This record gives sequence, C-alpha cells and structure tokens, in this order.
Amino acid sequence: MAEVLKLEVVTPEKYVISEDVEIVMAPGTLGEFGVLSGHTPFLTSLKPGRINYKDSTGKENLIFVSGGFSEVLPDRVTILAESAERRQEIDIDRARAALERAQKRLAQEKADNINFDRAKIAMYRAIERIKIAETQGL
Amino acid sequence: MATLKEVQSKITSVKKTKQITKAMNMVATSRLRGAQTAMEGFRPYAEKFSEVLGNIADKAGEAASPLLTPREEINKINIVLMTSDRGLCGGFNFNLIEAAEKLMKEKVSQGMDVLFTNFGKKGRDWCRNNKQQITKEYLNVVGAKFGFNVASTSGQELIDGFLDGTYDEVYVVFANFQGIAAQPPVVKQLLPIPVIDAATSGTDDDASYVAEHIIEPSPDELLNEMLPKNIFIQIYNGLLETSTSEHAARMKAMDNATKACNDMIENLTLAYNKARQAAITMELMDIIGGAEALKG
Repeated sequence: MAEVLKLEVVTPEKYVISEDVEIVMAPGTLGEFGVLSGHTPFLTSLKPGRINYKDSTGKENLIFVSGGFSEVLPDRVTILAESAERRQEIDIDRARAALERAQKRLAQEKADNINFDRAKIAMYRAIERIKIAETQGL
Repeated sequence: MATLKEVQSKITSVKKTKQITKAMNMVATSRLRGAQTAMEGFRPYAEKFSEVLGNIADKAGEAASPLLTPREEINKINIVLMTSDRGLCGGFNFNLIEAAEKLMKEKVSQGMDVLFTNFGKKGRDWCRNNKQQITKEYLNVVGAKFGFNVASTSGQELIDGFLDGTYDEVYVVFANFQGIAAQPPVVKQLLPIPVIDAATSGTDDDASYVAEHIIEPSPDELLNEMLPKNIFIQIYNGLLETSTSEHAARMKAMDNATKACNDMIENLTLAYNKARQAAITMELMDIIGGAEALKG
C-alpha cells in the first residue's frame, strides 16, 4: 500500500494547501471521518466545519471549510471547498460580524423559510470559524 | 497650407492623447496579469470538480434532478450576457452583444420570450436601448476583482428562477480567452444542464486504482448537491474569461491607438518641417529680393 498521503485543499480562488500528511480528519455530511494512507476510494459531501490534519513532522493543523466535497484515494485526499482558510488566516472580526447578522436574520424569518435555512448555515459557519480561530496551542 | 502654429498645436494634442493611450495600455497589461492569475488559480478546482462530477453522474440514476430535465414546452428563456463595464476596448463588447442578439432573434423567431441577465454596463445599456426585458443586472464585476460568492449568488437566483418556472432555459454568452489577439464570444446552455460526460478524466493515473468509490450520502443526493455548484462554476468561469478577455482586448486596442498616434505625430512633424522650410525659403527670398533692389 501507498506510504504517503497527500492532502489537497482547493477553492475556486486558489490552492489552500497541498502537502504530505499523516492523517486527515474531515467533516462529512454523515459524520466526521478520518483518513490514513491506504484508505479505500471514498467520495462524500462535506458540511461546514474543520479539517484537522497532522503534517509529516507530526504537527497538528486546523483548516476551516465552508462545506464542499471530498474525494479520498489510497494516496490522496482532495477537498473541494467554496472557501477554506487556515486557522491563522481566519478573519475573526468578520466572522463575529457574520454571526451577529445571521442571528438577527434568524430572529426575523419564519422557520420554514429558505432564508431561515441559509441564515442557519451562515451562523454555523461563523461559529465554526470563531471556534477554530480561538483554538489555542496548535 | 496649415500655418506653423496650427500644426504645432495639433502635434501637442496628439502627443497628449498618446500619453493617455499608453497609460491605459499599461494599466490593462497589469490587470490582465492579475486576471490571468485568477484564471489559473481556478483551473485546478474546476478540473477536479468536473472529474468528480463525471464519476458521480455515471453512478446516479437517470434524470435524477429537475436541473437535468429539459422542459417539454419552452416559452421563456433567459440570456446571461457578460460584457465589460467600460469601453475603449475595440470590438470586444460589440462581438458579445452581436452573439447575444443572434441568439435572441433565433429564439424569438421560434415564438419564445427572451429575458436578459446582465453582467456589465455595456450589455445592460444595449438591452435598455433595445427595450429588452432585464431581470437582473450586476455591475462592477467584470474586469474588477470578484470572489466566487458573486457566481454563487447569481447562480442561485438563476436556478431559483428556472425551478419556479419563470424561464425554461438559461444561456450564457461570454468571451472565451484564447490569447491576446482572440477572444471570440461563446454561447453555452446553462440550464437545463446538458448531458454530463461520464468520467472523462483521461489525464489522471486512473489505471492505478480500480476499486469502486464508496459514496456518501448516496450518488443521487451527492449529484443533487453538486449540480448547482456546477452552475456556479460555469458562471465563475465565464466571468473570469470575460474579465481576462476585456483586459486583453483593451490592451490590444490601446496598443493600436498608441501606434496610430505615433504615425500621426510622424506625419505632422513632416508637415511642420515642410511648412517651416517653406517659411524660411520665403523669408530668404524676401531678403535677397530686398538686397537686390537696394543695389539697383
């Protein structure tokens, strides 16, 4: 089996990361999953959340993804996200503002409205961004 | 024969025009570089996405999504016309508008109503002048810096309009960036989504693995989630290509204008020198004539 595992996180704007890693944890829609080298081919959609990976030096890293797709091959994990940011790249003030906006909208809209769902997702994204940005020690 | 002063002031004015066209050429060149970088940054995402989409489309059932199903009766169509906001870029906008107009006339002759969605001021102005129905306009996008969210917001609106029956087909007209010299307009059907080629990823090392993918949640659900994104990608791609093309077209147009200025300055300088020489000759003749008369 392949020894290395390559993690690629791609957004429409750029490559966020492309490097060899030991393990990747990603937020699948049906639950979080972990990938080690030699994983069986696997395709899933992602919900907004965090990707946690250990690079070849054993250091843990966090990346925020806004949802998207992931293709896992024995030697490669490709993540296609509409937006993705490394922990240190997250704009926390912007995330806080987004959270406030989403909460306001949630208070106004009716629960069966499509805007309600969108606001809920926006809120979830903002919370996740803030949580990742505030994570210490990584 | 123009007087010396007239020619002189003409030369000055052409020189000033040349400065402007030269500056615009340089601005367009640097923007072109930025736009090309954005295009290159997008390519890996788009390629990977279509690879995965092809994979999925292969496994999902027939016509799993309403976005894939053509309507039996087509009454209204929406043309997404991408042009630039500003002029001075040669025939760039004209070509795009002409392509859209051709499509519109063809559809109207088949008894359909045509709506327009405009990216860019030039296309919007054309629609207004020709009394076309505009559903939505987006300015300050093409040619500027924009994110994927522009494509996903507008794409979502197009999908909503398609699903609730406001229109039955959506086309997009954009410029295909083939290089500095060529940016031909392209017409593409956006909705309903034309048949997706199953797994066309011939470039990758596919032979190295044969195992079937495990797919979560299910092929159909995943396809339903990916199809709207596919629309956004197409729009984003169109916007990137049109922006890059705009800068390329402007660069070329301004380059030509600068060259034309150079030619004009050369001709005018020639005329100026001729006029000056004529004046000197005339003065000399006067002096000699005067001297001769005095000798008398």
